[in-house]
Amino acid sequence: MKFTEDHEWLRPEGENVIVVGITEHAAKELGDIVFVELPEVEAMVAAGDEVVVIESVKAASDILAPVDGEIVEVNQKLTENPGLINEDPLGAGWFFKIRVDDLAVLDGFMDEDEYQDMIA
Amino acid sequence: MNATATQGLRHLPLDGLHRSLGARMGPFAGWDMPLHYGDGVIAEHEQTRSAASLFDVSHMGQVILRPHHGMERLRAAMEGLTPADLCGLPEGRQRYALLTDDAGGILDDLMITARPDHLFLVVNAATRNADIAHLSDALPGADIEEITDRALFALQGPQSAAALSALLPGIEAMRFMDAASFRWHDCEIWVSRSGYTGEDGFEISVPLAAAESLALALLSQPGVKPAGLAARDSLRLEAGLCLYGQDIDRSTSPVEAALEWSIGRSRRAGGPRHGGFPGADRILRQLEIGPRRRRVGLRPEGRQPMRAGTPVLAEAGPIGRVTSGGFGPTLGAPIAMAYVDIAFASPGTRLTGEVRGKTLPATVCSLPFVPPSFKR
Repeated sequence: MKFTEDHEWLRPEGENVIVVGITEHAAKELGDIVFVELPEVEAMVAAGDEVVVIESVKAASDILAPVDGEIVEVNQKLTENPGLINEDPLGAGWFFKIRVDDLAVLDGFMDEDEYQDMIA
Repeated sequence: MNATATQGLRHLPLDGLHRSLGARMGPFAGWDMPLHYGDGVIAEHEQTRSAASLFDVSHMGQVILRPHHGMERLRAAMEGLTPADLCGLPEGRQRYALLTDDAGGILDDLMITARPDHLFLVVNAATRNADIAHLSDALPGADIEEITDRALFALQGPQSAAALSALLPGIEAMRFMDAASFRWHDCEIWVSRSGYTGEDGFEISVPLAAAESLALALLSQPGVKPAGLAARDSLRLEAGLCLYGQDIDRSTSPVEAALEWSIGRSRRAGGPRHGGFPGADRILRQLEIGPRRRRVGLRPEGRQPMRAGTPVLAEAGPIGRVTSGGFGPTLGAPIAMAYVDIAFASPGTRLTGEVRGKTLPATVCSLPFVPPSFKR
């Protein structure tokens, strides 16, 4: 698993697909999440695009696409139950799956130790 | 990061206790306040609705007005600053009041308690200095004493009476907006049955020397947990209560703010002491012919909150603005309060809010969102 400076985690899954969510640290910082707006499946996105809107009891935040690619699946359960992100950010609280040209894009991101150092 | 963000903030007397209880701190009105504790905002909100929560609200100003020439003259002089009925406020009772300005705007909202030889006021943290200056100017016949040696707690929720009566026997006989003094471990505790959550509960003023032991004694009662400012905000929003500086200020009148219930009958046209408060002409005229805009509740469709500042639109264009908005845990849905043009203020009116470039539907509703559970 890899991590971005924006507190997303990236987990490769199958052929050129990356699952994206936010870290426990981010979920805790955001507080109770009450609304999630997910991207359209089949949307082509570029790294840095705002792809997810999250509203917590505190504030609204954007989740940016970490890489270029095509959204191939979104976690519809979050729409009805945004609290999944707080309960299980690394598992059931995932946001979307994105298909990339080459999983080598993951090489540019932090590993867990580097991420832990960043938030320490 | 926190070090710079909190520079210059005032600390609550029980700052150390909050941190030891796991509080997440944040700035509000110049104070470093507990925003929430470990369980999170929604859990604290639900705790307050179902059991009891202890809030430290010592940032609020506690002020005593002590008259030079008797209580009757002080009550009458104070009526010169507010449209509330203070001459008719019985001893041992508390009343919600607004300080108004000459244009009919709101300088502050506050609680006033009538005691045998003085009035006791609880004012907002952000306005306390301005209020004290205003009171000093306007009430030459009174000593104005800011109480700085007491903490103020709010114990709120259906189990708060049971919890507090274990420490202060007798409080269970109080009704909503009653105020009384109790002895506890050789100190005097001032209690009112009131709050800012829509629940039954108490506000408790305690000398600093006993504040921590009282807080710990309350937290050890069954059903009581600490709660922070964030839950206090979602609770008061569900209860339809205004936050000064956000929902009401000098640009809003009591009638626009739907707070005309705080204008005493005796202070209205035809009453024995009608008018005589700042902005009376405009405020009484608005009571008669209605305001141009009105504070209302809004229920956004879907789950996305409409936060303060969200423009509110009718088909023809903008007609108002959200002043408080967020998620209402009791309703499991977003809720908001907004000022809208009076033509669109009737419950059931369908409007839209502009959230992040999108136009989302919302329906006007009456306030509060959650009916109060006061012990009247």
